[in-house]
Amino acid sequence: MREQRSIVQNIDWPLLVIYIALVTMGWLNIYAAVYDPENISLFDLDMQYGKQAMFIGICALVGTVILFTDGKLFPTFSFWIYAFMMVLLVATIFLGKEVKGSHSWLNIGGGFSLQPAELAKFSTCLALARYLGEINIKMDKLQTRLISAALILLPVIIILMQNETGLAIVYFSFVFVLYREGLPGGFLLLGFAVALLFILSLLVEKTILFAIIGAAAILVFMFFGKRRFSRLLRVAAVAGMAVAFTFSVNYIFTKVLKPHQSIRINALLGKIDESNRKIAEKGILYNVNQSKIAIGSGGLVGKGWTKGTQTKYDFVPEQDTDFIFCTVGEEWGFIGSSAVLLLFMTLILRIIYIAERQKAPFTRIYAYGVASILMFHLMVNVGMTLGLMPVIGIPLPFFSYGGSSLLGFTILLFILIRLDSYRMQIL
Amino acid sequence: MKQLSSRQYVIAGLVVAICLTYIGRLFFIQIVDDKYKIMSVNNAIRRIVDYPPRGVIYDRTGKLLVANQAAYDLMVIPNQVKDCDTTELCRLINIDTKGFNDRFAKLKKQKHPWYQPAVFEGQLSGKAYAALQEKLYDFQGFYVQARTIRNYPKNVGAHLLGYVGEVSEKIVKDSSYYLMGDYIGLSGIEKSYEVPLRGIRGVRHVEKDVFNRERAAFADGRFDTLGIAGVDLTSSIDLDLQEYGEKLMRNKIGSIVAIEPATGEILALVSSPTYDPNLLVGHERSKNYVVLLRDTMKPLFNRALMASYPPGSTFKIANALVGQEIGVVTPDTRYSCNRGFSAGGVHVGCHAHASPVDLKFSITTSCNAYYCNVFRSIVEHYKPSEAGYRTWRDYIMSFGFGAKLPSDLPNELRGNVPSAEYYNKMYGKGRWKALSVISLGIGQGEMGVTPLQMANYTATLANRGWYILPHAIKKVGDKPIGVYNPKFGEKHYTKVQKKYFDVVVDAMANVMTNGTGRIAQIDSVVLGGKTGTAQNPHGKDHSIFICFGPVANPKIAIAVYVENAGFGATWAAPIASLMIEKYLKGKTKRPEMEKRMMEGVVLPVYENKTSATPVDE
Repeated sequence: MREQRSIVQNIDWPLLVIYIALVTMGWLNIYAAVYDPENISLFDLDMQYGKQAMFIGICALVGTVILFTDGKLFPTFSFWIYAFMMVLLVATIFLGKEVKGSHSWLNIGGGFSLQPAELAKFSTCLALARYLGEINIKMDKLQTRLISAALILLPVIIILMQNETGLAIVYFSFVFVLYREGLPGGFLLLGFAVALLFILSLLVEKTILFAIIGAAAILVFMFFGKRRFSRLLRVAAVAGMAVAFTFSVNYIFTKVLKPHQSIRINALLGKIDESNRKIAEKGILYNVNQSKIAIGSGGLVGKGWTKGTQTKYDFVPEQDTDFIFCTVGEEWGFIGSSAVLLLFMTLILRIIYIAERQKAPFTRIYAYGVASILMFHLMVNVGMTLGLMPVIGIPLPFFSYGGSSLLGFTILLFILIRLDSYRMQIL
Repeated sequence: MKQLSSRQYVIAGLVVAICLTYIGRLFFIQIVDDKYKIMSVNNAIRRIVDYPPRGVIYDRTGKLLVANQAAYDLMVIPNQVKDCDTTELCRLINIDTKGFNDRFAKLKKQKHPWYQPAVFEGQLSGKAYAALQEKLYDFQGFYVQARTIRNYPKNVGAHLLGYVGEVSEKIVKDSSYYLMGDYIGLSGIEKSYEVPLRGIRGVRHVEKDVFNRERAAFADGRFDTLGIAGVDLTSSIDLDLQEYGEKLMRNKIGSIVAIEPATGEILALVSSPTYDPNLLVGHERSKNYVVLLRDTMKPLFNRALMASYPPGSTFKIANALVGQEIGVVTPDTRYSCNRGFSAGGVHVGCHAHASPVDLKFSITTSCNAYYCNVFRSIVEHYKPSEAGYRTWRDYIMSFGFGAKLPSDLPNELRGNVPSAEYYNKMYGKGRWKALSVISLGIGQGEMGVTPLQMANYTATLANRGWYILPHAIKKVGDKPIGVYNPKFGEKHYTKVQKKYFDVVVDAMANVMTNGTGRIAQIDSVVLGGKTGTAQNPHGKDHSIFICFGPVANPKIAIAVYVENAGFGATWAAPIASLMIEKYLKGKTKRPEMEKRMMEGVVLPVYENKTSATPVDE
């Protein structure tokens, strides 16, 4: 009795309320996205919204179970859960059915299937928290960095083998966790610089790019740090690496990336020429265009729930899953979609706030993991519907249709709520 | 630790930055940029134009002149065309791949907005539509728009009725009503009665899905408007007479205009050569148009309104009237004629006839000398003679010459009664006199008259002094034309009194009984007529005849021009006579004459040199 009351008292209600709000809005939008004016029934299990309602029920159950689990079990079993998930991920490659060229779905009977890659996020989060939460772990040691990287990269590699690039990329968001735990900010900057250089080398003439790199190097040497000869060498070395990198970009772009991936990037950069326009328009450019049309046509207040013509009549592909934000934009307008974005922002900021109030490093690190994953999903998913990010097939948390994704995010969030709720019991 | 915990602000800042960037982006595409709203409307809402049927046109007896038939336009929304099986589509609408690409190239050239519908192939037949419709779902971005096009049950009256075509970019730009793809009357009655005929287009907005299927009325039809059907017209044309006139004019160049004098209603308006109006309808329209346009006989040219000829001897009557009104001539005035008129070094020839002649006989026998004298007397009645000329011109213009009447038909020519200024420029001011322009006395020289003006002149003579502007429409819907447009109910009086008309009408009756028009006499009907021959610098003279009847109570006034046919009596008079008989009696009793006229071929010897080229001043 005492235990139960403390859970109710110590639960972070704002998180729970935002969670419920997002899931509800998600369901409403899935309903609207597949809404067919000629065929109206609220809980039809043949329709996505019927199934989603069922998934929500399951998630409510799972969430409740997590809340009533002893919170100490999570740190204790972190590695076991992680190991189990990795085995499951590997097993999926062999046992999973092929869906659109990827082997990431496990058939679990009853016509339903599970995508372990969605669930692997929370296990990786737990494992990372467990490892980095140890008293004697210091982020400035090379060993720590390597082991953390290994923990993160293992699922990435397996998921890439499943051919689910989008879900694999998500794991790179853990770099923010490492940053918070002491990884030098230079790594973030380096990541940013590499991404910038990648895009620039696709957009800008080589000679101009070299000029930019050279100018940047001179500026850095003249105005930052001491003007010593050794520093000059280091700056020159970095600039040289940058130049070398630009050469590799072309190689990566044509040889490493698959054609559909390079087209997505080209589409984003507006670099579609006549030769590949046809392919691009049929596929990715079409999606992004239709998505922008749907959102743009929403105006200030939107067309009203189930009144969206772009989404309702299937102009936007995957409107109930990856492109669910189009429905929000079209039917709820600027006010509604901004509100949803602000709600997500509030959720992530709240998680960061919760993270910082923990005494136990484990919970803090875990919370940062949750925040990073949510941030990455939000950034990529919404950015892609707005034409600001390449099309990477990852869902919008709590909104997109799909049991695995909803379950994955529910578990991720509820473990955090559970961990947070007993923070007072830790000395 | 302290230092590291401040990193939360970096991460939180990043989250806030991302969200604000996205909200900014949302603000731009949802509120600032309208492009997406328009694209969305075009994507998901199909604007279906409800083209109401054009009003049909009946003749004066209630027979159909112009009817409607169903046609189907294949429309395209270029930016929605995807995975099109070009070969199959081309096969269905019977074009080649080049034609397919050309259509898009043309739209591109016109800077047609890619998200707006355009006519891809117009006026498909019902049969072509049936074949296409079954496969239409395969051709994304294409749809069919039903509409009505014209149909002419009798194949007559092409020039009079005019034709309908798609609006040009210029029309769209200049008008607040027309949109690309609309049809508009481009000539004839179709043009002048465009507004009542067309009705008002309606529009429906239908939501459609990505497979191009119509799903539901958009916004419960709140933005829809119902089309209003065009108003039916009753023409003053007599279908049988018109058809008969076209038959008579076969293989001849020229025109016939018949008017009911009391009302100004046009009974027949023939321009020859003509063409089958059904050629300018439907799928083959533009192809046929080009063929007609290139025809050296100029079948598209409406001679009845747009050809200007000298009036020839028919003009003597006008001079007789003006002369009496001014007081330089009385019925008893006599002039001698010795094979013509000679004065001051000017000679105008005449045929052999008794001399001297009085006013009436001068008309009956069409004496040239008499009218040279009359014209000279009129002009020299004033000082200086330029003033006399101006007075004469004012009188002549009161008969409807030298200016657009205007009738209710478009593209009428003004004709020409030369101005004093024209002669001042030609000879120098004060350096010309009556004798310089003496040929005007007998209707030659610079005088230019259209067949319509000539028929109106005849009607004026029949009415003894007044005319109502000629018009081809009797009723617009239920409204008589005089109510619809009061100007077609108004009498226009000439500057000559009625009593002088009585004299010349008498003489015109004599023309028919024992003058130049004997050949055109009809048993039991008293007619008044006048022959004419228009000098043609390009070839053989044009044959002219004007006639009305019955003289006591004129029912029909007619003017006939046959180009390059010589004297008025040879071709124009018999044709006019047959027309009048047909109209007054319902049938003709002179089969030989009818046969001779219908089968006669009067074409210029040398091509491309008809004098009927438009003279536009």
